[in-house]
Amino acid sequence: MAAAAVAGLSLSGCAVRAGALAPKGPGARRAEFEFWLMTTVSAAIFVLVCVVLVWGMIRRPKSGEQEGYGRSGRLMIFGGGIAMPVVVLLGLMGVNVYMLAAEPEQGDLVLEVTGYQFWWEFHYPELGVVTANEVHIPVGRRVELRVTSVDVIHSFWVPELHGKIDVFPGRTNTWVIEAEEPGVYRGQCAEFCGLQHANMALYVIADEPAVFDAWAEHEAAPASPPTTALARLGLRVMQSSSCAGCHAVRGTTADGQLGPDLTHFASRETIGAGTVPNDRGHLAGWLLDAQAIKPGSLMPPVPLAPDDLHALVEYIETLE
Amino acid sequence: MTTLREPAPTVHERLEHTWRDAPGLVGWLTTVDHKRIGNRYIVTAMIFFLLSGVQALIMRLQLAVPDNTLVDPQTFNELYTMHGTTMIFLFNTPIVAGFGNYILPLQIGTRDMAFPRLNAFSYWVYLFAGIFIYSGYLVDQLPTAGWFAYPPFTGSQFSPDMGMDFWAIGVAFLGVSTTVGGINFIVTTFKLRAPGMSVSRLPLFVWAFLATSFMIVFALPGVTLAAVLLEFDRAFGTHFYNPGGGGLPVLYQHLFWFWGHPEVYILFVPATGVISMIIPVFARRPIVGYLAVAASLVAIAFISFGVWVHHMFATGVPVLVGSFFSAAGLLITIPSGVQIFAWLATLWQGRVRWKSPMLFSVGFLTVFVLGGITGVMVSVIAFDWQATDTYFIVAHFHYVLNGGVVFPMFAALHYWFPKFTGRMFNEPLAQASFWLMFIGFNVAFFPQHILGLWGMPRRVYTYQSELGWDGMNMLSTIGGFVFALGVLVVIANFAWAWKRGAAAGPNPWEADSLEWATTSPPRDYNFLEIPVVGSRNPLWNEDHREGIVTEPEHGGEVLAPAEMEEETLGTAGLDARREAVLPMPEPTYWPIVLAFALTVICVGVLLTNVQLIALGFLGAVGAAIGWFQPHEHGPEPEPEPEQEREQEMA
Repeated sequence: MAAAAVAGLSLSGCAVRAGALAPKGPGARRAEFEFWLMTTVSAAIFVLVCVVLVWGMIRRPKSGEQEGYGRSGRLMIFGGGIAMPVVVLLGLMGVNVYMLAAEPEQGDLVLEVTGYQFWWEFHYPELGVVTANEVHIPVGRRVELRVTSVDVIHSFWVPELHGKIDVFPGRTNTWVIEAEEPGVYRGQCAEFCGLQHANMALYVIADEPAVFDAWAEHEAAPASPPTTALARLGLRVMQSSSCAGCHAVRGTTADGQLGPDLTHFASRETIGAGTVPNDRGHLAGWLLDAQAIKPGSLMPPVPLAPDDLHALVEYIETLE
Repeated sequence: MTTLREPAPTVHERLEHTWRDAPGLVGWLTTVDHKRIGNRYIVTAMIFFLLSGVQALIMRLQLAVPDNTLVDPQTFNELYTMHGTTMIFLFNTPIVAGFGNYILPLQIGTRDMAFPRLNAFSYWVYLFAGIFIYSGYLVDQLPTAGWFAYPPFTGSQFSPDMGMDFWAIGVAFLGVSTTVGGINFIVTTFKLRAPGMSVSRLPLFVWAFLATSFMIVFALPGVTLAAVLLEFDRAFGTHFYNPGGGGLPVLYQHLFWFWGHPEVYILFVPATGVISMIIPVFARRPIVGYLAVAASLVAIAFISFGVWVHHMFATGVPVLVGSFFSAAGLLITIPSGVQIFAWLATLWQGRVRWKSPMLFSVGFLTVFVLGGITGVMVSVIAFDWQATDTYFIVAHFHYVLNGGVVFPMFAALHYWFPKFTGRMFNEPLAQASFWLMFIGFNVAFFPQHILGLWGMPRRVYTYQSELGWDGMNMLSTIGGFVFALGVLVVIANFAWAWKRGAAAGPNPWEADSLEWATTSPPRDYNFLEIPVVGSRNPLWNEDHREGIVTEPEHGGEVLAPAEMEEETLGTAGLDARREAVLPMPEPTYWPIVLAFALTVICVGVLLTNVQLIALGFLGAVGAAIGWFQPHEHGPEPEPEPEQEREQEMA
């Protein structure tokens, strides 16, 4: 269901305009509340300023108004310039502190998030799950993200769930997110991180707890051995070519650590952190020359004979 | 009003002779005249503004439609980096300095800046640093990390080519120019005010420059240090920001924003100074709440140093720390609010004339209120976590910087154009250009708030059409081009007026401050006689109108040209008492030589070439020695016949 939703929402052509104003988690809800509160007050102030401005330009001053502050001047400067901001700002400071106090510091489930140029690694240490770019979380539970980076600064942001947390190398920031209802929530790196900053998306898929548990159990398991001759050839190609230097497929000899873990690659909906849909055609193109699709990504072109490529694609697409 | 006193030919000629630059290239290279330097600043800054505008338009074309391939990602990243760097470092800061240079000495009734050679040096450093930063285009190696250049991305590991070196060295070098400029404004304001121009009679434009100059002096070391340490990491392999070597990337952010937040006010405060001059002139009454506005400028200068973490709420700062900076960010709204309502009250009590400088000022007012409001919004942390690093922020700072600085600068260009050139531009055309810019600006940037809330991060070179961001992006692009058209109309209007405009006369706007008491354009020596100031609005106040000339019974002093030929007057104290007659330096080559020698050092660091660095260093020492050799006066002018002087004063 969730997978279909990813495909349906993200890459099939219908517009998703969710963002910060369609909150599906408590963090985003706090920000949304602040947004509408401040927008309402601001609109009132802006209208007030415009009315004073236009009226002031139209009206003819009275004769006594050429000296000193005048009554209107005192009212505007001390009333509009000092009293009004003091009242509004004290209120906002209160709201600010109240909302920050509601920010949880710990969660129920730890999820380690690691930023790479230009993809995301997700690791549930308690569940033994390692995956990339698409991660499932259980609805209604606080997930404690521990975010760090291996290279430059990234920023983790899923606007429907919560605001941003910067992802620093050499430092681990903690951030608690929670989804209130099942769904697919798109996120994107928000701190410029290099050539493909624009194509560093991620999907958080919120599942009912039972669905999540099943997903986690499946993800934690090693890859199932290939069953067809073609797929077995694909596995051999994988292990003997440059793939294994960077990528891991648990249950095989491929144990590279530089690129995304591919153990359950076929269960993901996109290739290259949301760059293209995950289907055979795009996968073959990606393997042959990822630079044509995502120039600047660290995935090098893989020169393969057509038969080997065919077998490799076959194998990878069995890694459900 | 007859505030202009026709100079007696002989006196005028003698002053002209003393203050004139050599003709041709020699004069061009050696001038220390604040007006020529100010003009240069403005023209150079406008050229960078146009370059930056072209970069912006290419970006808007790329983003107009989804999945666009007009430019590749590398080019796009270079474009936005150079656009931001140019606008902040090479347009906004210098054009403000340009108006300060031209106008401030005139407004305080003196003949030049306190340190005219330093002033020339400041311009040459700006020009050379600008060329240095742009020379990356010659070797096709440009920075790509945005105008704030966060490491470790900007370290040599992730940005190995020279683009970041051009940026870091250029920015540190440019800091020299800004810093000496700030010091020059402070000393000029403290020591060269015309007698009688007490602090309570200081034009608000001058107050604004004083506040901004103090901010420059205290804030600028932050960015200089940030850039120098970055260059150390890059060129010499130090680990200030390298987490692999125990360095701290977030240290850079603190250093950078310790300058970067005051910088917003460094740009914005002089812009408000411009507005505080223009609105009263076109409302035909003195500003309401002079003291409140002046105090607000000083308050902004102080509070702006407590806001820098405002830019770093998403870095994982502790909640308590964040709340402190959030409160400071909100607090700074109060002095800004005081200014806005002082302008509103002035309009309310005045009789408004609709001229183009006024249109730009009122356009500024509405746009800036919106930018200020979104500034308050992003001071509130939970919302900022959503807004930061998205197009909401892009929209916010364009409302603040384009609305809050570019519009006032265009107001200033229109307001002082007659003073600079002695000619009037075409007023209907100027008003048309305002409406194009105003509408274009809002169409370009208002939709970006919405894009940010819909989830569009800044600094993406493309986006997928499924995200639903197409329409707003297209709208934004169209607005950008309308804005650009408005700018072209301004340029065409000025180009025409410069050659063919009607004569403007000394005071076409019937303004109140001293720059309008002299000819348009002012003569090389600014004022025939140093005025004595008896009022806050010297050209308006009937009682004080004679205060700008030098009648003994009003000013108490005679400051006749004969004793003030190569000098200007130094004053002291809050009330500007006459203190000393200060000799002013002649035109000289040393500033440009010193600036060039420093440029050689920069090129040496860029190429890590020790010989070149040594050469530049020797050159700089030599230039400094030449600069400081004892001041030689030219042959003494013939003493003026006593008779003529008396006629002159009569």
